Amino acid sequence: MAALLEIQSVTKRYDNLAAVDNVSLELEAGEVFSLLGPSGCGKTTLLRMIAGFETPDSGRILLNGKDITALPPNKRTINTVFQNYALFPHMTVFENVAFGLRMQKKAKPEISIEVDAMLDLMELSDHASKKPNQLSGGQKQRVAIARALVNKPKLLLLDEPLAALDLKLRQRMLIELDAIHDEVGITFLYVTHDQSEAMSLSDRIAVMNHGKFEQMGSPVEIYEAPINSFVAAFIGDTNFLNGKVTAMPNDEFCTVRVPSLGDLLVWKDKDVRVGEELNLSIRPEKLRIARKKPEKPDLLNCIQAVVEDVVYLGSLTKYRLKSGEYTLIVEQQHGHYLLDEKPITWEEIVWVYWHSEDGYMLQSYQQDDESLMALSEDMPDE
Amino acid sequence: MRNRPNIPGFIAITVLVFFYLPIFYLVMQSFNEARFGGPWRGFSLQWYALLFDRPEVWRAVRNTLIVALSSTAISTVLGTLAAWCLHHYRSRLQQSHYVLVYAPLVFPDLLMGISLLLLFINLGYPLGLGTVILAHITFCISYVAFVVLGRLQDFDYNLIEASQDLGAGWATIIYRVLLPVMGPGILAGALLALTLSIDDFIITFFVSGPTSATLPLYVFGMMKQGSPTIINALCTLFMLATFSIVIWGQRYLYRR
Ligand SMILES: Nc1ncnc2c1ncn2[C@@H]1O[C@H](COP(=O)(O)OP(=O)(O)O)[C@@H](O)[C@H]1O
Ligand SMILES: [Mg+2]
Repeated sequence: MAALLEIQSVTKRYDNLAAVDNVSLELEAGEVFSLLGPSGCGKTTLLRMIAGFETPDSGRILLNGKDITALPPNKRTINTVFQNYALFPHMTVFENVAFGLRMQKKAKPEISIEVDAMLDLMELSDHASKKPNQLSGGQKQRVAIARALVNKPKLLLLDEPLAALDLKLRQRMLIELDAIHDEVGITFLYVTHDQSEAMSLSDRIAVMNHGKFEQMGSPVEIYEAPINSFVAAFIGDTNFLNGKVTAMPNDEFCTVRVPSLGDLLVWKDKDVRVGEELNLSIRPEKLRIARKKPEKPDLLNCIQAVVEDVVYLGSLTKYRLKSGEYTLIVEQQHGHYLLDEKPITWEEIVWVYWHSEDGYMLQSYQQDDESLMALSEDMPDE
Repeated sequence: MRNRPNIPGFIAITVLVFFYLPIFYLVMQSFNEARFGGPWRGFSLQWYALLFDRPEVWRAVRNTLIVALSSTAISTVLGTLAAWCLHHYRSRLQQSHYVLVYAPLVFPDLLMGISLLLLFINLGYPLGLGTVILAHITFCISYVAFVVLGRLQDFDYNLIEASQDLGAGWATIIYRVLLPVMGPGILAGALLALTLSIDDFIITFFVSGPTSATLPLYVFGMMKQGSPTIINALCTLFMLATFSIVIWGQRYLYRR
């Protein structure tokens, strides 16, 4: 089956800056696809080219196999939910939602039925005759979505739709968006800089940086198998370890010598040779800590570390440990708090261990990417 | 604390008295029976009756209306377009455009009147209603442009993209979105142009011909002939008309 939307090597420059740099993408009908990346990486620019507000400098955009690169926005069967809602202030909620259908020159009774059904779906029926300035942020957001969806577009573009809402409302709208997608089955292209939004909503995610796609895949792939340090750090906290391959005990594992930590056993995610430099990413929740050395350390890596900081977060506890030259972040649930003699605390010397399969070999590593992680906020340096 | 003098209240009342005492006096005198004003001799509408007998008054009113309405209409359209250009294009040309549109706001009227007069004479254009209208358009454009520009600064350009996104072409966008949203701003500009045009004396004085005297010019002429009581009546009516426009405009603007 042909893709619903095809983006073929699209580039857009502003002066000397390539806002979108040779990007290609295929969207399947019905999926929720997220563009995830830091502010200024080109997400909006790409979205605006798909909507028709900008023309690419090179490359093509196809919708259902038809070239729409040069088609003006009002001729595309694509609708957008704008970040600041962009509701018409002089029209009621009903008139706002009816606008697109009126442009299609549909008959009045038909418009009325379709708008009412959409308002019903979005739980806006009670507000049909209100003006936008009488609505709350969440209600405005729902009107904006209703106004786009009522046209039954082939593709719905959403540019950071939840960015203006507070945390509680954002989480609720996220669940609602998911439900709406299940209900209407329209393809969503969702732009966000918030990895948790992208992870919880999407079938697939493209992680974007400096106008390029760093990696594309399912939320699990992106989280568990990040291609490089940018993706690994942008999508969540992680520990980077850098070493050199020293031996190949068997087909599946290799030994990596990490200066100041020692020799570690690592699952071979890619072909490596003895002598090769290697960068590992290990998520904090994959690491375990204990006072006693684990009993069967066959496929485990065990190292000793000093607890530098403990942050109790309720559902889990975050530990910052120092081992050799490394600062390690560990997230662990309290097993049996009430049975434990004493929870692990500052200054203690503990064992850190993880399964050899739980690290992931990155294709490339840049030290700057470590600053992307939120951990610096949670645990300020002394 | 209790006996603190109410200074802001005192200032407000002084200012109000300063503004409205002369006007109040004028309105009162227009109903005074006394021939040359002065002390109150009893209520009378005779000056209004006299006023309605004078055909020149009605010619002046007609001239004022023609000039005000046509210059307001044309300057509103041109001023709105100028504001749109100034808002949306930030080129060198538009920067000088901005300065040139701004200049008439601070130009002395005298200078503008004389320069327009020289221009019309050099072009051999006969002075009359036509030249008065042209002159009024010239200064009204600037005021309209600046009022509309102020409103445009608050206009969300995303509304236009949202309309395009929903399938609207330019004609529909202007008619259904741009004008309704900008309407109050454009109307405010038009009202300002209207009152300025009705009011203008100096520029009109230079560019009007023998038969194209507007109300302010006519009133000035009557002053010289010395019939102050009729002028009081005329000015009272004039004021009533201006106030009505302003009040109606305010109501319309703040209703939304
Ligand atoms: N109209 C424009 N003119 C010049 N530069 C622009 C314009 N729009 C975007 N850019 C630049 O292109 C880059 C990408 O912008 P954008 O697509 O808005 O990023 P994002 O939506 O990911 O935050 C930014 O560096 C931005 O400054
Ligand atoms: Mg953006």
